[in-house]
Amino acid sequence: MSDRSILARSAADVAADIVAGVLPTTAALDACRDAATSVQVGPEGLNAALWFDAAHARESLTSASMHGALAGIPVAVKDNIATLRMPTTCGSRMLEGYVSPFEATVVARLHAAGAVIPMKTNMDEFAMGSSTENSAWGPTKHPMDPARVPGGSSGGSAAVVAAGVTRIALGSETGGSVRQPAAFCGIVGVKPTYGRVSRHGLVAFASSLDQVGVFGQSVDDAALGLQVIAGVDPLDSTTVDAPVADYRATRDITGDRPLAGVVVGRPLEYFPASLDPAMRALLDRAADTLRALGAEIRDVSLPHTDLAIPVYYIVAPAEASSNLARFDGVRYGLRVDDGDGLRGMYEATRSRGFGPEVTRRILLGTYVLSAGYYDAYYKRAMAVRRLITDDFARVFASGVHVLLTPTTPTTAFLAGTKKDPYEMYLSDIFTATANLAGVPAMSQPIGRIEGLPVGGQLLAAQFDEATMFRVAYALERALGEEAHR
Amino acid sequence: MSAVTDGYEMVIGLEIHCQLKTRTKLFSAASANFGDAPNANTDAVCLGLPGALPVCNKHAIELATRAALGLECTVHPVSVFARKHYFYPDLPKGYQISQFDRPLATGGRVVVGANADGSARVIGITRVHVEEDAGKSVHDRFAGVSAIDLNRAGTPLIEIVSEPDLRSSADAGAYVRAVKQIIEYTDVSDANMEEGSLRVDVNISARPRGSTTFGTRTEIKNLNSISGVERSIEIEFARQCGVLAAGGEVEQRTMLWDGVRNEVRPARSKEGSPDYRYFPEPDLPPLVLEPAFIEAHRAALPELPAAKRARFASQYGLSAADIEQLTVTTTLADRFEAVSKASGDAKRAANWILGVVLASVNARGLDITSHPVSVERLAALIGLEVQGAVSNTAAKQIFAILEQEDAEPSLIAEREGLLQVSDDSALERWIDEVMAEMPAEAARFLAGEKKLQGVLVGAVMKKSKGSADPKKVNQLLGQRVAPG
Amino acid sequence: MGGSDVAVSEDDVRHVAALARLGLDGDRVQSLVGELNRILEHMDVLQQVDIRGASLDPDAAHGLRMREDVPNPIPLHREREAFAPAMRDGFFLVPRLATHGTAARGDDEGDE
Ligand SMILES: [Mg+2]
Ligand SMILES: [Zn+2]
Repeated sequence: MSDRSILARSAADVAADIVAGVLPTTAALDACRDAATSVQVGPEGLNAALWFDAAHARESLTSASMHGALAGIPVAVKDNIATLRMPTTCGSRMLEGYVSPFEATVVARLHAAGAVIPMKTNMDEFAMGSSTENSAWGPTKHPMDPARVPGGSSGGSAAVVAAGVTRIALGSETGGSVRQPAAFCGIVGVKPTYGRVSRHGLVAFASSLDQVGVFGQSVDDAALGLQVIAGVDPLDSTTVDAPVADYRATRDITGDRPLAGVVVGRPLEYFPASLDPAMRALLDRAADTLRALGAEIRDVSLPHTDLAIPVYYIVAPAEASSNLARFDGVRYGLRVDDGDGLRGMYEATRSRGFGPEVTRRILLGTYVLSAGYYDAYYKRAMAVRRLITDDFARVFASGVHVLLTPTTPTTAFLAGTKKDPYEMYLSDIFTATANLAGVPAMSQPIGRIEGLPVGGQLLAAQFDEATMFRVAYALERALGEEAHR
Repeated sequence: MSAVTDGYEMVIGLEIHCQLKTRTKLFSAASANFGDAPNANTDAVCLGLPGALPVCNKHAIELATRAALGLECTVHPVSVFARKHYFYPDLPKGYQISQFDRPLATGGRVVVGANADGSARVIGITRVHVEEDAGKSVHDRFAGVSAIDLNRAGTPLIEIVSEPDLRSSADAGAYVRAVKQIIEYTDVSDANMEEGSLRVDVNISARPRGSTTFGTRTEIKNLNSISGVERSIEIEFARQCGVLAAGGEVEQRTMLWDGVRNEVRPARSKEGSPDYRYFPEPDLPPLVLEPAFIEAHRAALPELPAAKRARFASQYGLSAADIEQLTVTTTLADRFEAVSKASGDAKRAANWILGVVLASVNARGLDITSHPVSVERLAALIGLEVQGAVSNTAAKQIFAILEQEDAEPSLIAEREGLLQVSDDSALERWIDEVMAEMPAEAARFLAGEKKLQGVLVGAVMKKSKGSADPKKVNQLLGQRVAPG
Repeated sequence: MGGSDVAVSEDDVRHVAALARLGLDGDRVQSLVGELNRILEHMDVLQQVDIRGASLDPDAAHGLRMREDVPNPIPLHREREAFAPAMRDGFFLVPRLATHGTAARGDDEGDE
């Protein structure tokens, strides 16, 4: 039997013990394997892990670097990130059984830091969804209440971390797909600045919005995970060669007013009159806590916020319709050939390979790009996107360091209750702005409503993840157990 | 002129696709080599594998910049890659990365011969943009299926779009030649139409003479010879005129050229104008070229064909026809200039290069730079001719020997007895012998029948095995009849 | 149907599905007309936005990084045959494209 208490310690501490030889190299992996079995992460239970291969991961440990920041630490990886040993299906029939012949840069960096990847996690098909109900391999359940959704699209990764199976997991973000499930599941979820982390090997949904994100059981786990994968990559032209700060530098700062000099903006558009009063109260408590830590709380405005969802649901489907054109049954993945020629093969393959939400978004995206509609939809949406970006630039230029908002408008909802697509899209209402503007953002637990976790969101200026983490560390420490009450 | 085309004018614009000379593809570091096993030169990017991203080849952008400057375009400091969408099995991603509303370069020009009034005929270049090529579909290899080879997929192309300034098939042919020449001068592509590294699409419409509006155009795709360009234009123009003359309307659509059957026919699908759904490529930030980069490439441009022709005219005083031929390629022009300089006689150098040398180069299927007779040897040979040491006939014999043997031309001339004899006593001796051997002709010549001088000179040349200096022989013969 | 200037019709859905090579049966087309219209209704708000202040110039703050022209393909750890639906002699196979002569590209809407 493994030592399950290992999973209660931060990834950084456990890795340090493994490097020092205090713990055996397989200690964390064995604990992860046993936890996975007992919480049933597979299809018989949470349906959070699509593939679990602890034996293979154990073998890779012997050869892996045992000196890295993640030495021996198991990291769960979302199923749209290319790995060599396990399939990469994006939760889609289109890629059933597909094993990538190359590896994502983030996966290579995890390996180089000594991490092991024992599982690929469930997701909404091609990351399109906010509940992980749209997977071809069945929905993932919320670890605290199987009747509820874990959020999405990275619901599998969120559930695995929330269930205590791994300390760190990778997800991907296009409009909130890490922060929203992190909020629903009561863990930390970070979406870095666009261009901070390589997308090489991340199966594209909407290229101008996609970014690999990190889940952690704590701020420190998430910061450590991001530290390992961040940085320019010659294989992704959209990564930026900006210095990567030490995200964990402020983890031990205590004292009376650790946030003295920090200005926290509270954008009024994220606190509409319709906001659940209980959620507002938790955000107020978080703001009061930050003020007590020395931060100045300042009310600010991001006037184009309410346009984010319409803009997002034009830009993201447009890019998706393009990115998913490569799934044509010619070179890899599903092929359905009914003998109706090339055209028939294309249409049969794509209609059977893609589920209803993916089909809907491809059609929507094709429509907004098509002749006669491009200017009214896509081009206009891109212009409004600029206005949203400018809102953030203006507020950060005005001396505000981070913004504090709710991550989601509600707590985890019941599975099967959001039938109308647009109603589901509104789950991203507080998160999609960060993707449109390319700014870093994260969600961390700030309390609970009726037993369900609530996330508080921090947003920062582009490439200033360090300040975001500084505030997150201080808030986490100050809230203590209150964050989970 | 066939009656149906009378009264109509053709309006033509061309799109020329030109493959850039790079080692790797435009957006992947896979080899751009040809002739390898099918799909051998494909990596994750070329195969459009999930998660693969484009990374731009700097050299391709340098070559495209050089070509655009050679075509006298304005190269823009910021241009944008865009996705152009259509489904085809040799297009791995379902879109081609090209450039759309922000191309690399716009507003160029090419001089294509002269107008009727003698002024330079200038054809406008609308734009030059960079894009990736598609792969190849092979239809006759396996029964019932098409076979896809993606080795060519992703190789870098420039697309050169002309203004609709061309008015005849000959005009179009001349334009293609002129563009091809600039591409060769700037050394950005092999520009070989047979091998497909230069391909032409023709946009053509017909309108009543005197009309200033454009008719509906059709596009003839993927022509791979200049004669194909010219012939397909004639045929499609006649077809359009026929439709118009009968009161019909030309349908805007894509046509295919069948060079074997000599016919232009409509492409099979009839879906109306395609909807490519262009939008800016989100995987690639804007292409930003520093002004210094553009200026460095401008400064490094070689002398372009028009400038070279003008210089050859003023510097060497050669005929327009000779200049045209000498400037076809830079290698030929360079060879001429080297021989001209080394021999000091431009006219003779031009004659030698365009005559004997080119004939030999063509017969041997060689590149002129690898021809066995070096610049120095040819110049020395011309020098012997200039000095009068050998006759032109003898020089040609020496050239033939130089093709086999690398030696000093004067030594060959001496060894082979080809040195021109201009020593009076030797020449007088041969003249005496000829006059003795041909008494009748000699007598008539001495009696004043001037036309016999040529016969006697010929006989002397023959007797001397070509080594006599014919000018000197003529002179000496002339003195024999001169009074006093 | 809200104040939609441009309502999606059944023909639009069929046209867009054809562009996207998605085979849809009649019932699905019907339901998609409703779904897409209900979504696009929410996009109408964008038509009212004053976008005069929004630059449409490309954001050239971070210009394109480029690589040297040196062969260095991303290695494939599995053979193409391992993931290709149909391959022979190194070629990917697809249902026959063109039936006449060498006229291949341009036959469908192949273009470049
Ligand atoms: Mg074209
Ligand atoms: Zn083109």
